[in-house]
Amino acid sequence: MPEPILSRNFSKKNAHTLGVYIQGGGYEALKKALTEMKPEQIIQEVDKSGLKGRGGAGFPVGKKWSFIPKEAPKPKYLVINADEGEPGTYKDRPIMECDPHAVVEGAIITCFAVGIHWAGIYVRGEYVKSIERLEGAINEAYAKGYLGKNILETGFDLDMVVHRGAGAYICGEETGLLESFEGKKGQPRMKPPFPAIVGLFQGPTVINNVESIAAIPHIVKNGGEWFNGLGAPGIGGGVKLFPVSGHVKKPGVYELPMGTPLREIIYKHAGGIRGDKKLKAVIPGGASAPVLKPEEIDVPMEYANLAKIGSMMGSGAVIVMDEDTDLVKTLRVLMCFYAHESCGKCTPCREGTGWMAKIIKRIEKGEGESADLDTIVSIANGIRGRTLCPLGDAAVGPALSFVTKFRQEFEDYIKVGAG
Amino acid sequence: MPTLTIDDQQVTVDQGTTILEAAKKLGIAIPHFCYHPRLTKVDACRMCLVEVKDAPKLVTSCSNAVRDNMVVFTGTPKVEEARKSILEFILINHPLDCPICDKAGECTLQDYYFRYSSQPSRFKDNKVEKHKVVDLGAKMVLDSERCVVCGRCVRFCREVVGEENLGIFNRGDHSEIGTYPGKKIEHNYQGNLVDVCPVGALTAKDFRFKCRSWLLCKADTICPGCSNGCNAVVHFTLRSFNGIKGQRVFRLTPRENNDVNKIWLCDVGRWGYSFVDSIDRLTTPALKKGEDFVKGDWDTALRETASGLKTVVERYGPSAVGVIPSPHLTNEDLYALKCLFSCVLKVANIDFKLPGLDKGEGDKLLLKADRHPNTRGAELLGLSGTGLSAEAMMEKVKTGEIRALYLAGSDPVKYIGEKAEEALSRAELLIFQGTNFSASCKLAHVILPGATFVEKEGTFTNYQGRLQKINKALEPLGEALADWEIFTRLGKRLGAYPSYRCAEEVFKDMAREVAPFNGLSYQKIGPQGIKIADSSQ
Repeated sequence: MPEPILSRNFSKKNAHTLGVYIQGGGYEALKKALTEMKPEQIIQEVDKSGLKGRGGAGFPVGKKWSFIPKEAPKPKYLVINADEGEPGTYKDRPIMECDPHAVVEGAIITCFAVGIHWAGIYVRGEYVKSIERLEGAINEAYAKGYLGKNILETGFDLDMVVHRGAGAYICGEETGLLESFEGKKGQPRMKPPFPAIVGLFQGPTVINNVESIAAIPHIVKNGGEWFNGLGAPGIGGGVKLFPVSGHVKKPGVYELPMGTPLREIIYKHAGGIRGDKKLKAVIPGGASAPVLKPEEIDVPMEYANLAKIGSMMGSGAVIVMDEDTDLVKTLRVLMCFYAHESCGKCTPCREGTGWMAKIIKRIEKGEGESADLDTIVSIANGIRGRTLCPLGDAAVGPALSFVTKFRQEFEDYIKVGAG
Repeated sequence: MPTLTIDDQQVTVDQGTTILEAAKKLGIAIPHFCYHPRLTKVDACRMCLVEVKDAPKLVTSCSNAVRDNMVVFTGTPKVEEARKSILEFILINHPLDCPICDKAGECTLQDYYFRYSSQPSRFKDNKVEKHKVVDLGAKMVLDSERCVVCGRCVRFCREVVGEENLGIFNRGDHSEIGTYPGKKIEHNYQGNLVDVCPVGALTAKDFRFKCRSWLLCKADTICPGCSNGCNAVVHFTLRSFNGIKGQRVFRLTPRENNDVNKIWLCDVGRWGYSFVDSIDRLTTPALKKGEDFVKGDWDTALRETASGLKTVVERYGPSAVGVIPSPHLTNEDLYALKCLFSCVLKVANIDFKLPGLDKGEGDKLLLKADRHPNTRGAELLGLSGTGLSAEAMMEKVKTGEIRALYLAGSDPVKYIGEKAEEALSRAELLIFQGTNFSASCKLAHVILPGATFVEKEGTFTNYQGRLQKINKALEPLGEALADWEIFTRLGKRLGAYPSYRCAEEVFKDMAREVAPFNGLSYQKIGPQGIKIADSSQ
């Protein structure tokens, strides 16, 4: 078992304090970045690392940074997306709770690399402990001179604040997050312009996930190639945190190489199915990822491989369902979630998610018809690719995959009711 | 400048033009709800999706700028399917109450449904219930269930009026328009919210349940509410309906003119039309007999007027006559008036400038403090400064030096008050020519009923010096006549006067005689008007 990287401080006592963090080699990367490296070199290393956005979209981090214009009439911003709201996902939370300085250090390096002097972290409102720990770490970093004016005597200035969200899934969507950060109602913006050009308060903005930012110090310290090499052979892209939940013996957050087969995650790391029951279905990347059948779980957990079989990597949150799982109820829970969280700005998502939720609720009540399943498929197709932001597609993922891959179970439910 | 192909037609447009706008240039209409040419784009309704060659997904044409060599298709099966789907989504929670909806017949959603969908509903569940008959302000009502959440109204208030009072509340299919807590919409541009609403969610209290839109005829006009001269359309009917007997004009809506009113109309102007069909309209000539008015015919009234004026001029000279025209009258009316009094009767005391004429409350957007549509026209025609001022005339009427006073649409009592009342009551001959009964009219010896702005053809010159045309939509009520025609008929009785048969003939003379109008004709004015002078000082 290789040395953990992202999760190295998860079980270390008081790792959230500056002293313990520094003892473990913390802020060495910051010194290296600010005193020995040029911003372009940092971006090059991140490029080499193969690090892809850990929030769900999987966009190469280095590339995202390079979109930020060098000269801009407005201030540039770093916004860290810590609105971890994708059902099944709980990987950013331990980072913020146990290793908040990794986020602060990563943020400082990122800002130095991109030429930013103001960073904000938008944290899910329910994450009270994360917020406390981040604020503590930021205060410590200010006191130590890692934040504020003239960091490490290099002339580089950076301010960092914590912004607490008020509880909406849509605020995890990057432009919805920006609206919310500005104090407006969380609703996605029209794109283009993309946040890299017109973002927070109209300034060019880098938006990265907590886990992406927390990986930056390691990449700077040990090199991009080293990080890339941590991924599975032939796949690369470093390590990733996989939060596993559902009917497994050992649910939890596992740090594993990118490309680890899903089967290995479920049966080796998470200990297999609870009560040694049969596996019925797995959602591989958070609620929005299309569901997989047991025969599909040899897939390497990596963006392209999952896309190839019609699902997605998303946040890497694995939700395991055993043979006793009622998939109609499961889909009802998911559909009600999306209908509740749809922001209502664009038509297909606003109306389509609510409609799908109503149909599946009716099926669950025993009042469904076979034709309703076709209607769900057609609603999903009406949403897919036509919404303003990815929330619509996120609702389509489970809807289409559940109804098509497990159609018989839905048909049986319609005919004879719940098992 | 990028050149692109839309539905096999090539078009070259400015950099930054959107696909929707480029298509419009080719005459290709792309359906949309949230897009409005004068508001920011939000990309929300998804109705304007089109297919772009080599793009993986359909793209919103309202927000995506064209690129050189782009190939766009607006009518492929994929696009048609998307439109059907979006319409189905919008309609699942829509109450489908077109039969009782005021917007029916002019509703974007209704039109699109028939044009692009026409499919039966597959929705079997309960619709979301939302607020109905929401009183958003004094002038309009919201039905949230009909709303398509395009947000145009919210953006209009924010971006055009500059007020933050409307918002979209709740999420998902429970999203609803509403005012912020404790706020009502009080601005002077509420009618535009009804106009920008593509469906029947916002309806005007003034128009609700009064008339089906398809029963209304339309004519281009100019709002007579102030000197801004907003381009408008008057909606009227010739039939009569239960409950609203006698109402012919039902509303005014804005007409686009970038140089004047963009595409907006203020509420003061929009809802100022009611005088046209109001109960105090003057519909027959009348003569004072003792304390009362007795209905008369034109022949008698004009004879009385002509002989009265003639007698005063012959006995006391033209300086014993005063004329106060109103800048509500058209250029044609005013020119005909000038010919009669200035040329035929040699009267110098002509002044339209009653004190306080321009002292209304204006705003920054459209409404001007001067609530008269043709003040600039009256200035250009020289209807002030040739003799005594209107105020001085009042004094002279009081002292008896002016014996005959002719009020052409003007109401001195309204502006000067008691002093004017006292003066007018002492006049030997007081002629009132106008559309509605008024405090000044009450004191007249002869009443000559005039036509309103929708009952005659003519032109107004707005505060910018822009000459714009109004059209005759309706016959004058009762026996009323266009003011130029009254002057023509009077002129015949008083001396050598041209026998004008229509306003255009008056205009032709004016175009020959009055400098700023030289060389102009009705054709040359065009639907957007033409600038003939600078703004007044």
